[in-house]
Amino acid sequence: MITSPKTSRATTVKNYQTILLEDVLVMSYQSFYEEVTAMMRDGESYHIVNYFAFQHRLVLKFICIIAIDSNQTLRVFSHELSLKQPLSSYSLPSISAEIYQFHIFEREIWENHGIYFENHPWLKPVRFAFDRANTMKVNDYPFYKIDSEELHEVGVGPIHAGVIEPGHFRFICNGEMVLHLEIQLGWQHRGVEKLYLEKTKLLQRTVLSESIAGDTAVGHACTFVMGIESNAGIKVDTELAIERTIGLELERVAMALFDLSNLNVGTAYQLASSVYGALRTPVINYFQAWCGNRFGKGLIRVGGTHYPLTAELQQRLKKLLYEVEWRSEEMSEKAFNLPSEQSRFEEIGKVTYRQMYLIGAVGQAAKAAGLKRDVRWSHPDITYQSLDFKPVTLSTGDVWARFLLRRLELLQSIGLIRQLLSIHSNISTRPKPRYDDTVNLTPNSLTISINEGWRGEICHTMVTGDEGELIRYKVKDPSLHNWLALALSLRDLEISDFPINNKSYNLSYCGFDL
Amino acid sequence: MAALSILMILISAAVIPGIISITKAKLSGRKGITLFQPLKDIVRLFRKGNVYSTTTSLIFQITPVIHFAGIFCALLFLPFSGEAGLLSFSGDFLFFAYLLAFTKFMLIINAMDTGSGFEGMGANREALYSMLVEPAFFTIMASLVLLTGFTSFQEVYNNVHFGDSSLSYLFAAVSIYLLVQIAMVENSRLPVDDPRTHLELTMIHEVMVLDNSGFDLGLIMTGNAFKFAIYGNLIANFLLPQSFPLVANIAIYLVVQLLFAVTVGLLESFRARNKIANNPQFIITLSSIALVLFFSVLIITHKLILD
Repeated sequence: MITSPKTSRATTVKNYQTILLEDVLVMSYQSFYEEVTAMMRDGESYHIVNYFAFQHRLVLKFICIIAIDSNQTLRVFSHELSLKQPLSSYSLPSISAEIYQFHIFEREIWENHGIYFENHPWLKPVRFAFDRANTMKVNDYPFYKIDSEELHEVGVGPIHAGVIEPGHFRFICNGEMVLHLEIQLGWQHRGVEKLYLEKTKLLQRTVLSESIAGDTAVGHACTFVMGIESNAGIKVDTELAIERTIGLELERVAMALFDLSNLNVGTAYQLASSVYGALRTPVINYFQAWCGNRFGKGLIRVGGTHYPLTAELQQRLKKLLYEVEWRSEEMSEKAFNLPSEQSRFEEIGKVTYRQMYLIGAVGQAAKAAGLKRDVRWSHPDITYQSLDFKPVTLSTGDVWARFLLRRLELLQSIGLIRQLLSIHSNISTRPKPRYDDTVNLTPNSLTISINEGWRGEICHTMVTGDEGELIRYKVKDPSLHNWLALALSLRDLEISDFPINNKSYNLSYCGFDL
Repeated sequence: MAALSILMILISAAVIPGIISITKAKLSGRKGITLFQPLKDIVRLFRKGNVYSTTTSLIFQITPVIHFAGIFCALLFLPFSGEAGLLSFSGDFLFFAYLLAFTKFMLIINAMDTGSGFEGMGANREALYSMLVEPAFFTIMASLVLLTGFTSFQEVYNNVHFGDSSLSYLFAAVSIYLLVQIAMVENSRLPVDDPRTHLELTMIHEVMVLDNSGFDLGLIMTGNAFKFAIYGNLIANFLLPQSFPLVANIAIYLVVQLLFAVTVGLLESFRARNKIANNPQFIITLSSIALVLFFSVLIITHKLILD
């Protein structure tokens, strides 16, 4: 019998809510499978946020988090496997066979714990981590193979032409046309999740969060810090919350400018790439003036801040936003109306709404194809709730849409920062950040924090043990969902259009590799 | 006089890459390189040794020399100030064009020889675009030959100014426009190619020489600089009548080469490059314009009579 999601027995939580582990209902795998698939079949307002496993006492405990966009809640499902028999002897029916967006999470669990998923469409390692159960060597990676005289394979990376980050891309081509692209990552696996458990100092963990993905330092740090504060029961004043959100939006502004510039490097339109690139510099320099780091590292700390947004800084910010707004719009008016630019971007790398929904895409990649996935709207924290905000969505899902989305989100973020500044009451005294001795985590608890980084939904999930120590810290960067969107974009496209598509998504390699 | 012609090309070749780069830098608000930086880069390459992959054969080792020699021979055919180049004979422009095509052919098999997937793709694209742009050049030359009734570079250039019709000035203008565009294609500039890209998948010309290094790469780059100057010379010659004093012609020549380089820089600064799939269409358009020119010449020379 299939249970309807309305009557699901799963635990419902809010974003940034801490619950006790014992309050999470543990189901049999049979009913877990049925309830999860029934819920996901129900429609587009549900998407997977995280699904992972960890050893807890004598069992391997699975936590699956599904977001419900329509009522700002999250649902937590759980099942367990006994550790009495070896984990590799387990074989579970795969949810991915029915609900595709689970594919990456089941692959991850298979790689890390050795549990086999039956009928998984494509079970293969995710990262070739050094700390994994699966012992497959990277040279034996099961790439999709062709047996044809006419087709040929092109391998790119992992050492990358642009000296960016390492990733291996394998194309199966018919002449210049790409039939299939397979993306193999994991080259930068640093064991981030394990480091969270090993580094016990709060400051170490905060710095670690800032280093998950260098371009999302503020995004990951905010997600971490707000999770910790929820778990330890630390209240922060609204002023501080506003300042963090300003940091988050400013990061979005900087990255939107970077992407606009970078996409124009891809089309060789020199004027726009220079103008947008030059505009990004004052934005990140503002971060430098604010917190001493151009990427906003050091800005977000638990319980307080070293760098209050003083009245003088606020004045500077207003001036900066004014400059960035009119200058970027002046450029955009030209760039977005240039015929050669339009013909280069339009109808390239199209993905459909349905594809994005099925693979569980989040953030920019989803919004460009019309799928409204934005945590600021679906699961807003207290600050975003007080703002007037509607996510921008476009419908075409091509490179043009992703290019245009950057422009619109840039303007939107500038508007949001202005709103935030207007509700900021200008009190210049802030509490200093709190460190270990005053921060005690709730024992045997589970905290889920999700946040909209500039790429999309970031999710940090922490589980604590008997003493309030971390026993599992799970990080999910939006890139984990979205890399598949890039692979789908490339189908039936010329191979020479790959770089511009890759730039249009600008996904994180190290955020995926962890 | 032939020596002067060669000297002028050498001077232009030395500064054209620098001028293009400086123009682009200024237009994007950057400081840019010094004028002779590209030349210094080539000198630096000449001081280095070569690295040969074990998968390559003799072809890979001899191509740079042949490529350079071919281009150098081609520039010997160019007239200057109404005087013939070092080599000149009836129909020399055919020999000239196929000499350049031969250097390109060598470069293509050089790329294939490395066995790299990237270089194979680049070679494929280069071969296609060269094939498509060839008719454009020949149609222009055929029109000029028809118009003037002569078949060598020197004679054609000397007589194009004194055609029966003042329309010949219009033909010269259209020819110059086409030659600039052909030069952009042949020298792998925008919008067909992007010389600044670092992404192999989008490269056309650059990707073919990815595996060449040191002295060999220096030779190839010198050849490329010459090639640019050769196209500048073809354009400049339209404006260098024999009747002008030599000093004036030298001045005009240098100004035209300078303008040519600046034009390339300008054209590259304010547009995006083509989608690779649109390149053939773009290049065929050049041939079509050349064809219009050709038929116009047929009509005014009464070779083709319309009733």
